[in-house]
Amino acid sequence: MKAEVKQEVERAKEMITGADLLIESLADAQVDTVFGYPGGAVLPIYDALYRSEAPFKHILSRHEQGSIHAAEGYARVTGKPGVVLATSGPGATNLITGITDAMMDSLPLVIFTGQVAKGVIGTDAFQESDVMGITTPITKYNYQVSQLSELPRIVKEAFHIASTGRPGPVVVDIPKNISQELTPPNFKNDFYLPGYQPTKRPNPLQIRKLADALSRSKKPMLLTGAGAVFAKASEELKDFAEKFQLPVANTLLGLGGFPGTNGLSLGMAGMHGTYAANMGMYEADLLINIGARFDDRLTGNLEHFAPHAKVAHIDIDPAEIGKNVPTAIPVVGDAKEALQALLDSPIDQPDHQAWKEKLLNNKRDYPLWYERSTDVISPQWLTEQVYRMSEGEAIITTDVGQHQMWAAQYYAFDKPNRWVTSGGLGTMGFGFPAAIGAQLGAPEDLVVALVGDGGFQMTLQELSVLKEKNLPVKVIIVNNEALGMVRQWQESFYEERYSESIIANPDFVKLAESYGIRGMKVDKEEDVASVLEDIFDYDGPVVVDCRVEQKECVYPMIAPGKGIHEMIGVTK
Amino acid sequence: MKRIITATVQNQSGVLNRVTGMLNKRQFNIDSISVGSSETEGIAKMTFVVEVSDPQKLEQLTKQLNKQIDVIKVSDITDKAMVARELALIKVGGNGPLRAEIQGIITPFRASVIDVSKDSLTIQVTGKPDKVEALITLLRPYGIKELTKTGVTAFLRGQQPAKQVTEINSFSI
Ligand SMILES: Cc1ncc(C[n+]2csc(CCOP(=O)(O)OP(=O)(O)O)c2C)c(N)n1
Ligand SMILES: [Mg+2]
Repeated sequence: MKAEVKQEVERAKEMITGADLLIESLADAQVDTVFGYPGGAVLPIYDALYRSEAPFKHILSRHEQGSIHAAEGYARVTGKPGVVLATSGPGATNLITGITDAMMDSLPLVIFTGQVAKGVIGTDAFQESDVMGITTPITKYNYQVSQLSELPRIVKEAFHIASTGRPGPVVVDIPKNISQELTPPNFKNDFYLPGYQPTKRPNPLQIRKLADALSRSKKPMLLTGAGAVFAKASEELKDFAEKFQLPVANTLLGLGGFPGTNGLSLGMAGMHGTYAANMGMYEADLLINIGARFDDRLTGNLEHFAPHAKVAHIDIDPAEIGKNVPTAIPVVGDAKEALQALLDSPIDQPDHQAWKEKLLNNKRDYPLWYERSTDVISPQWLTEQVYRMSEGEAIITTDVGQHQMWAAQYYAFDKPNRWVTSGGLGTMGFGFPAAIGAQLGAPEDLVVALVGDGGFQMTLQELSVLKEKNLPVKVIIVNNEALGMVRQWQESFYEERYSESIIANPDFVKLAESYGIRGMKVDKEEDVASVLEDIFDYDGPVVVDCRVEQKECVYPMIAPGKGIHEMIGVTK
Repeated sequence: MKRIITATVQNQSGVLNRVTGMLNKRQFNIDSISVGSSETEGIAKMTFVVEVSDPQKLEQLTKQLNKQIDVIKVSDITDKAMVARELALIKVGGNGPLRAEIQGIITPFRASVIDVSKDSLTIQVTGKPDKVEALITLLRPYGIKELTKTGVTAFLRGQQPAKQVTEINSFSI
């Protein structure tokens, strides 16, 4: 009898909480950073964090949207899943924009939300929200944990689903009773997902078809998207393009997948892409898409998109193939493996010298242009200076708007995972918190957040985090005192009726200083170089309010409804 | 064109919501969905009758279904030898002499009366959707008070003929 009691006591001593089990699961998934914000439903988890010696750090944001964009920035630069933790109800709903953003841009995130205790789910309990219902359409997958014993398995599955195949966000909703419950410390996380078996290895027959099409092509061209970056296929991509001397256009999110300064690069394609890239797609007889999803901002009017081309499309997500553009040669698989298979295939060199020269002449004859203002800083020129002074080596995050397009146009990325921007959702407020995550993911690198004066104000409360963690992010506000992209469209398509797009801003220098961060203002061209040199050398966070010309527009442009061959503003 | 698509899915909570939400979000026209358990525990079968405008749309539909984590297998069985059935419950007004008349109508359909009250009777009919529809049309003049259909459930016949058949012809829902 006595022995039994003793055993019982021993067993009770060994018991751990669900929250402890979660932390163990995160450690098992080799998480090194969690972006989060506490609240009632996750108090047990925060308590476990406090008590345990978790092998990861927790970064406290000042708004859950800050947490999730930071996790996205982290995921972009590291290629690893970003991890987010938020409380139930408002904590969870504050994540919605970021989850959608990650879904649109295929970013691997694992998001943990607290939930009210199981017994009161469905009763409109305090801070209850239907996280499963709300996040089903905006996640790759989601879970609500209903039994503690399944938690380790769910966490493992969540990381697996988020980071394999086409990456995406996965939500794990954890009722408070689960994180409080006691359990013996047994840890079982084997899983089997019969419905989720992404195809990595491309079908050799399809590779053969693509190889044949290439050798017969007179006007071949590559279009590469974020899929090539996720697949870590940059090297194979470069080898492939160079071996067959194929001109390459990148999508907005594909920038850096192929070196921007490479002689074969035509730059970015799409709405604000280069003439050379867009005309190339218009005239090509073979368009090989590697990991891009033919988004409407890329294709323009579909009727005029690549009208002469046989389209080949390499994508790990079969549902993207043929979704928007009829595709003659579908290749389902990982971009790296597909490119490797192509490199290993015997392919006759295509006879396309004249075509290649034509595209490269287009590149030379129709470069990006702007009129450099004499008394005010031109935002394009500023972007060029950022490129020059950082020697093209910085990690650049942007917000959404004109400054974003200028960054895409004028900052040539030679390496992948150094370009962090919100493409599919176009989320203002993304750029600055994303820079925090990027800096945590790449502590040794220079991280520059190029943000608009509008978008910065959507999430600038995260300045507290910069200060608190002393993260040396350089925030450069491309300040045109306007919601510039909106202003541009109003100028071009609404007869200059500037409805609610010219804005009054705070004193950003004082604002930064109030957070204990260095603030600077620059409004003259001649000061730009010294300011940039200063801040790039400075080992701490800084905010630069850079005043730029308000009336600048992003060109060239495919106007809405127009085809890729109908660009405006190609030349002065 | 109408297509019959079946899906084998993991019977997780929320799977129906997930699938219908996706179909809705991507603007597919769904005539009916039926869900139920299968021969394997934890696995459910779904049958969709969909209206799609062209082969591309159809391909998208099956790919998007396949992409769902819980979906194990998707088949478009429209052009295969298959059995497709639905069940309808039809409540019609009727008393006295009308009842015999109604009975006369439903007998060839092998439908049965499963509930009778003072001034109504409820008929159960099972079969191919066009048969069910035909009976409903015939009963309409008697005043249909209430009608519910389960939606089509279907699977392949045990044996597939060497040549492709198109049962969709007899499947004019
Ligand atoms: C959350 C959100 N709200 C609204 C928009 C629409 N929008 C796109 S660009 C833009 C203007 C952005 O202004 P700013 O941040 O100053 O950048 P700029 O275009 O001036 O460089 C707006 C309002 C958006 N993309 N995201
Ligand atoms: Mg602005």
